Amino acid sequence: MKKTEVLETKILRVALIGNPNSGKSTIFNILTGANARVGNWPGVTVEKKEGRFKYKDFDVIVTDLPGTYSLTSYSIDERIARDFIINETPDVVVCIVDSTNLVRNMYLLILLRELGANVVLDLNMSDMIEGKFKIDVKKMEELLGVPVVMTSGIKETGIDDLKEAIIKAKNNKVIPLEINYGEDIEDLISDIERQIEKLSFYNKRFIALGLLQGDPQIIQDLQNKGFKEAVEFANLKVSQLEEKFGFDIESEIIEERYGFIESVLKQSVKRLISIEEKLTISDKIDRVVTNRFLGIPIFALFMWLTFEITFKIGGFFSDYIDQFFGWLGEAVKGIGLSQILTSFLTDGIINGVGSVLVFLPNILLLFLFLSFLEDVGYMARAAFVMDKIMHYIGLPGRSFISMILGFGCNVPAIMSTRTISEEKDRILTILINPFMSCTARLPVYSMFAGIFFSKNQGLIVFSLYFLGIIVAIISAKVFRIIIPSLKGKVSPLVMELPPYRLPTLKGVLIHSWEKSNQFLKKAGTIIFIGVVVVWVLSSFPKSYEYASEGTFIGRLGQILSPIFKPAGFGFWQAGVTLIFGIIAKEIVVGTFGTLFGGEENISKVIPTLFTPLSAYSFMVMSLLYIPCIASIGAIYKETNSIKWTVFSVVYSIGVGYLMAVLFYQVGLLFRVH
Amino acid sequence: MALIFTEEGEEFEVVSIEGGVNVFKKLKEMGIYPGVKIKVISVSNGPVIIGLGNTRIAIGRGIASKIMVKEIEKL
Repeated sequence: MKKTEVLETKILRVALIGNPNSGKSTIFNILTGANARVGNWPGVTVEKKEGRFKYKDFDVIVTDLPGTYSLTSYSIDERIARDFIINETPDVVVCIVDSTNLVRNMYLLILLRELGANVVLDLNMSDMIEGKFKIDVKKMEELLGVPVVMTSGIKETGIDDLKEAIIKAKNNKVIPLEINYGEDIEDLISDIERQIEKLSFYNKRFIALGLLQGDPQIIQDLQNKGFKEAVEFANLKVSQLEEKFGFDIESEIIEERYGFIESVLKQSVKRLISIEEKLTISDKIDRVVTNRFLGIPIFALFMWLTFEITFKIGGFFSDYIDQFFGWLGEAVKGIGLSQILTSFLTDGIINGVGSVLVFLPNILLLFLFLSFLEDVGYMARAAFVMDKIMHYIGLPGRSFISMILGFGCNVPAIMSTRTISEEKDRILTILINPFMSCTARLPVYSMFAGIFFSKNQGLIVFSLYFLGIIVAIISAKVFRIIIPSLKGKVSPLVMELPPYRLPTLKGVLIHSWEKSNQFLKKAGTIIFIGVVVVWVLSSFPKSYEYASEGTFIGRLGQILSPIFKPAGFGFWQAGVTLIFGIIAKEIVVGTFGTLFGGEENISKVIPTLFTPLSAYSFMVMSLLYIPCIASIGAIYKETNSIKWTVFSVVYSIGVGYLMAVLFYQVGLLFRVH
Repeated sequence: MALIFTEEGEEFEVVSIEGGVNVFKKLKEMGIYPGVKIKVISVSNGPVIIGLGNTRIAIGRGIASKIMVKEIEKL
């Protein structure tokens, strides 16, 4: 009996919660060190970070919740944070706040206190207020009724205090905070509490407050659990009260909370020197990069530099990888295996997978740049700069970040839309994302641009990315006008701009390596299988020469070739590569490799089939038609609708084909070859 | 006066936020509520950037036109 008791007390479940940019992740990393594990929240694919640390005799399991301002449910991220606290009831909740911005950060703490969570308040970034403010921790603890510690994630101070406070807090008896909201609202709260008396939730006041604030999740829960009357009662009373006094109850509640916070801070924080708030370096940079004339050109310059450098440096390394696979193929041929096995290894695997792996340096570099821009804090500014234009298109500025992330990979980009709270905006952002050219399409461009446009590689590739953006924009605009369920106003911009910071080299490298690693894994699995299938189809029936028109793949291609004739690539190999490209876009190149005998031969065969013009129209097609199976899956998962998924697939194939034909035909007209 | 007519670099106190849409609620939860002091970092003909302590918040022009502020009297 005694033994189990000891065991039970030794494991402690702790959740970290805080506003975005409160330094929560840094604290999480310091606490859990290398023991963090990234998974997904059940049902949704938002990253869930969990880690452990040992302190004294305790094994502490730490869960890092998504950054949130409140416990209401505007976006999926916020809902996750709230549901975890309410449903999983962690033993201790650490609320991490930015000490330089106490009023606003404390709002979340107040909500947690009202809910009755067992909170430890962590005043983070405390090094930033040294000499400016003096915080009376004891007094603050007394006023808020929670343990308070001061930490600095950057200087790694106060971490032991935090650990100690977590352990100590485990047995705290929590009495939910009750702020007095004034007679009228208090009466209303009591009335609602009575109506939901039978509800099996320990804190009825919290539910009543949520109801008064019109929290959609709480309203829905109550309706499902048979408290329809309480919901209707609250709605009626709220509108009566608002009419009577002429104020908005929800605002009243929020303002009372801030009033409470201000009184706490007045008693526990002393300003040491009066600080004339100067413009920070961040602000000075922002003056330039968000300038109304310079903002967009600067953004374009960054993007252009990214691609230019990606190709100049990437190409240098690619050549060596290419030579390696050429040598490997020859070496395998020299071993003297059976003819079919040699063909499988060289024609199939080495040529197929090798043609794709050649582009690893390009992909690594592109991810390196995108990670850098994101970690530095520039991405949020890009959204800001583009907000006005985005509104004109019919999208909020926030969608722009998802679009840019699509340059890396459409799957996480589509997932990133979940921070967009307006459903129409979200669906639109998802639908246009596949047109943002992901790294998987890069090998296709690199290959063709390298062969036909060797002098202007960067420019040609840049033009395709640009075309993708244009198609995305026009599609969004058209969808907004034509599709009834997407009509409506664009949700306005309210977004925090994180301060610029110089990311560590290690951080950026890890970031981009993780993503490139996914590419390598893909090369080892799905691309591998794809090229094997292509090899089998091009090897049989055996009576025909390898990869000739008589083989299965040749016959398949011949069915398709008339369709692509107007686009300038009406020969069978092109159709085949596009079909297999649906599995993953890299397979387009892999298939060319398998069919033509490796990267080295590609550059000899392709000019005999393509002209620069038809090569460009082929790249246009590759850019625009369905990105890959994984992205179709992501669209389905995020829209939760077969209708939208099918629409997206059909639309993208249609647009891709039409644009390819258009480019080719117009090009012919102007005699571009 | 409305936030969009303010001058860069000056400090203001929020007087009222008009409107009841979700965005206004979010604004308040982000710390922009009547009585709070803010610093205007950038006003162009696009969105407005305001400073709340060390935090910078970008607000679309439509919303910013509904946030009423007054100048802080200097002692």
